[in-house]
Amino acid sequence: MGNVFLIAEQKDGNIKRVSLEILSELNRQGVTTTAVVPGFGDLAKVTESLVKHGAAKVVVLEHEVLNEYTTEAYAKALHTYLVGQNPSVIITGATSHGKDFLPRLAAKFGAGIAADCVSFQFSGERVSVRKPIYAGKCSKIVDFTTGPAVFSVRPNVLATQEANKSGTVEKVAANPGTVRAKVMSTVASQVKKVELTEADIIISGGRSLKSADNFKILNDCAATVGAAVGASRAAVDAGYAPHDMQVGQTGKTVSPKLYIACGISGAIQHLAGMRTSKVIVAINKDPEAPIFQKTDYGIVGDLFEVVPLLTEELKKLKSQS
Amino acid sequence: MTIIVLIKQVPDTETKVRITADKKGIETNDIKWVINPYDEFAIEEGLKTKERLKEGTVTVVTVGPARTVEALRTAVAMGADNAIHVKEEGTLDTYLVSKALAEVCKKENGQIIFTGKQAIDDDQAATFAYVAELLDYPSATVIVKCDISADKTKATLEQEADSGAKNIIETSLPAVIGVNKGINTPRYASLPGIMKAKKKEIKTYTLNDLGLGAETARAIDSDYQLPPERAAGKKLSGDIPTQVKELVRLLREEAKVI
Amino acid sequence: MLNFSLSDEQTALRDMVRKFVQQEIIPNAAKYDETGEFPREIINKAWEAGLMNINIPEKFGGMGLGVLSDVIINEEMGAGCLGITTSIAVNTLGLYPIILGGTDAQIEEFAVPFLSSPKLCSFCLTEPGAGSDAGSLSTMATEEGDHFILNGSKMWITNAGHADLLTVFCTTNKELKTKGIICLAVPANLPGISFGKHENKLGQRCSDTRAMNFDNVKVPKKNLIGKIGEGFKIAMRTLDRTRTPIAAGAVGAARAAMTYSKNYAKERKQFGQPIANFQAIQFMLADMAVKIESARLLCYNSGWLIDNGQIEQGGYFSALAKRHAADMAMEVATDAVQIYGGYGYTKEYPVEKIMRDVKLVQIYEGTSQIQRIVIARHLLKD
Repeated sequence: MGNVFLIAEQKDGNIKRVSLEILSELNRQGVTTTAVVPGFGDLAKVTESLVKHGAAKVVVLEHEVLNEYTTEAYAKALHTYLVGQNPSVIITGATSHGKDFLPRLAAKFGAGIAADCVSFQFSGERVSVRKPIYAGKCSKIVDFTTGPAVFSVRPNVLATQEANKSGTVEKVAANPGTVRAKVMSTVASQVKKVELTEADIIISGGRSLKSADNFKILNDCAATVGAAVGASRAAVDAGYAPHDMQVGQTGKTVSPKLYIACGISGAIQHLAGMRTSKVIVAINKDPEAPIFQKTDYGIVGDLFEVVPLLTEELKKLKSQS
Repeated sequence: MTIIVLIKQVPDTETKVRITADKKGIETNDIKWVINPYDEFAIEEGLKTKERLKEGTVTVVTVGPARTVEALRTAVAMGADNAIHVKEEGTLDTYLVSKALAEVCKKENGQIIFTGKQAIDDDQAATFAYVAELLDYPSATVIVKCDISADKTKATLEQEADSGAKNIIETSLPAVIGVNKGINTPRYASLPGIMKAKKKEIKTYTLNDLGLGAETARAIDSDYQLPPERAAGKKLSGDIPTQVKELVRLLREEAKVI
Repeated sequence: MLNFSLSDEQTALRDMVRKFVQQEIIPNAAKYDETGEFPREIINKAWEAGLMNINIPEKFGGMGLGVLSDVIINEEMGAGCLGITTSIAVNTLGLYPIILGGTDAQIEEFAVPFLSSPKLCSFCLTEPGAGSDAGSLSTMATEEGDHFILNGSKMWITNAGHADLLTVFCTTNKELKTKGIICLAVPANLPGISFGKHENKLGQRCSDTRAMNFDNVKVPKKNLIGKIGEGFKIAMRTLDRTRTPIAAGAVGAARAAMTYSKNYAKERKQFGQPIANFQAIQFMLADMAVKIESARLLCYNSGWLIDNGQIEQGGYFSALAKRHAADMAMEVATDAVQIYGGYGYTKEYPVEKIMRDVKLVQIYEGTSQIQRIVIARHLLKD
């Protein structure tokens, strides 16, 4: 299977989980892997966990410039090192940085590339990957002809698994070249209302919320995960929420990754506005509510009891990650 | 100043995906082809940049079969000055498309190159950087604001970063910029524009013309599959606190949405 | 040889308008219907996209496009909202008298400014006492030196409250009947012009419809379009050209009603299955398709004939198109509401609005009965 390289990603000395996910899968497939980590400073924790997850060799590409991510420096440093190693496969996580530098690195090798893959399979000298396309409406296998196979793997798809193997760690002085596109500053996000149609997660309430003030429990829950808050037509008509929050045929059509319907029975007009959501959760007192036929997960219970508990659980989750 | 916009023709987002018998692609008979939505933002940014600079030309470029010329005509109808079609009916991948686009950018001496952050068909999000590397230009993607300096030697960009943060990036020009939704509101192809586009001569190259006659795709597709049917939903059981804990676990580990 | 396919440009135009409607009109249609607010913002966007005043000839810097292009535009717009369609399309109606009957200098003075900013023009023919019998209009234009002095009232004037220019049909001598009618281009801000309130209508609620009054309005004689006595002919030639696009708007509205009810029928379950499985529903849908397709063909045919100079028959064919499209759209919309059942009768779903909106197409720009008269006259003329 030639020389397989994982470009591992770290921030402030902490390894990105997706790097370990890929490494674990390589290990499960019996692939001997060199993990390459661009960075600077104390990366002991990073190299240690890479070895623990099955890297036969960890190479730290060290340079002060690599302390902060830039496309050009990463691509240049990685290429300078890898070109002498005769790589046959180069893999990284499909994070915002991974998706950014990998095409540049592939271009330096004149390689074929597949981004955001959900699985890969080594077989003899070859590797095939599966990659979702059309926003997940279908997927395809990609095989590579000439040059190294270069691909990125979607986070949270593969499981991490520690390996009982030993590995070596080596530091290499990196050559980051000249950086022309520089990050001058970073502005952290301010808390603001998440736009319904753009939200990844939406928590919606129906008439069972009983008042406008009670929408606060949805707002609190939404705040923990950066979700937007929506409402059913019944809640809007009752004056509990403004019309711009309405999800449904006469409101907004949304397709978030996660839609949580609280106290919404599931009238057709509401379903029409949210049925393309990836995952639908319903919380409703009435076990016969039609919404349960359309949901992935349902909790039969009083939303005034369920939602605050959910908020607490999500807070816990957030503090862990 | 030559502003180049790299665009791709893709199936409309409403398209119902059906897979061909040989599983090497999707059925294209009934497909409505449109400009990749992110590339529309790129076209608009090209036009806006020209308007702000009060000089220059906007050239749109695409690579693909004969039908893709329609995407170029639409871009001209929106206001692009020139259109270049690299006509290729055969298998394309990021490598081959980027090679062709880079050659055209060289020929046209593009000073600022806009493209969408990704195409909504293959979701690769790779072309902007691949082309940039082939040209040895800097690149930046997921850009939601772009200001060109008065002397036209550099650009200040606002990039959407993780967790809602924004990076302010400064880059020398020429550069390749991948734009995101939110950077602008694309104008409509106007009716006068459509009539003008009809008469517009579109420059056409083949891969051979670009010195790429011997090149082939390096990533080959096969075994297209539809995702499995949505499994029937489940009602959780146990007391409410248990159900809530289980829900959060399922959302994280099974559905992977939080 | 017959060829029913649209050209590449016509297809591009249709796709562009369809996108415009998807993004600008459909999301706002219910709001404008509810409030009756004038859709100024959408009109401005339509103007920017070059979808208005397309009949201004090329030699004046316009598009010089014909009826078929308006047919394509109006079908798509009508599928979004007929009220907004009317608000946008009425400029064509208002400007045609100037384009058809005016001198180059008049076109330059009155029509060309519409190319440089989103102005509105109203067509002022109907009066409180002269509806279907338009020839009996009584708004008086009295000659006085180099002016006409205008006195009288108009009724149901679209966009009146927002118009920059009015094409006013009036008479110099009521005894001459239609032979006494003239057409004047009247700036809407002339002293003596007053407007009634925005009518609170059943449908097309956001299109601005008002009564108007002329009280000793002084209009320069140079604003006379055509000669004295040619006014009625100019009005009829105008309507020959605009009735077909109006019909196309109804085709679009009916198409939308069919699409909505078809989708609903596939989704709505009764007796354990989607109601689309029942023949009672299937027959309604099938009839809708027949009606819509046939009406569209009449529109295309009429538009093509007019654009290709066969205008003498145009009045006949545009009457065929409008009679059929208006009546069939009413039937289709009514059936669409029926398929939706109780839901369809509520404002929660879009079909009751279509039903209210299309009713007007059977009335304005010549009622369905007037269209039948035009058709019958043509049939019986020998």
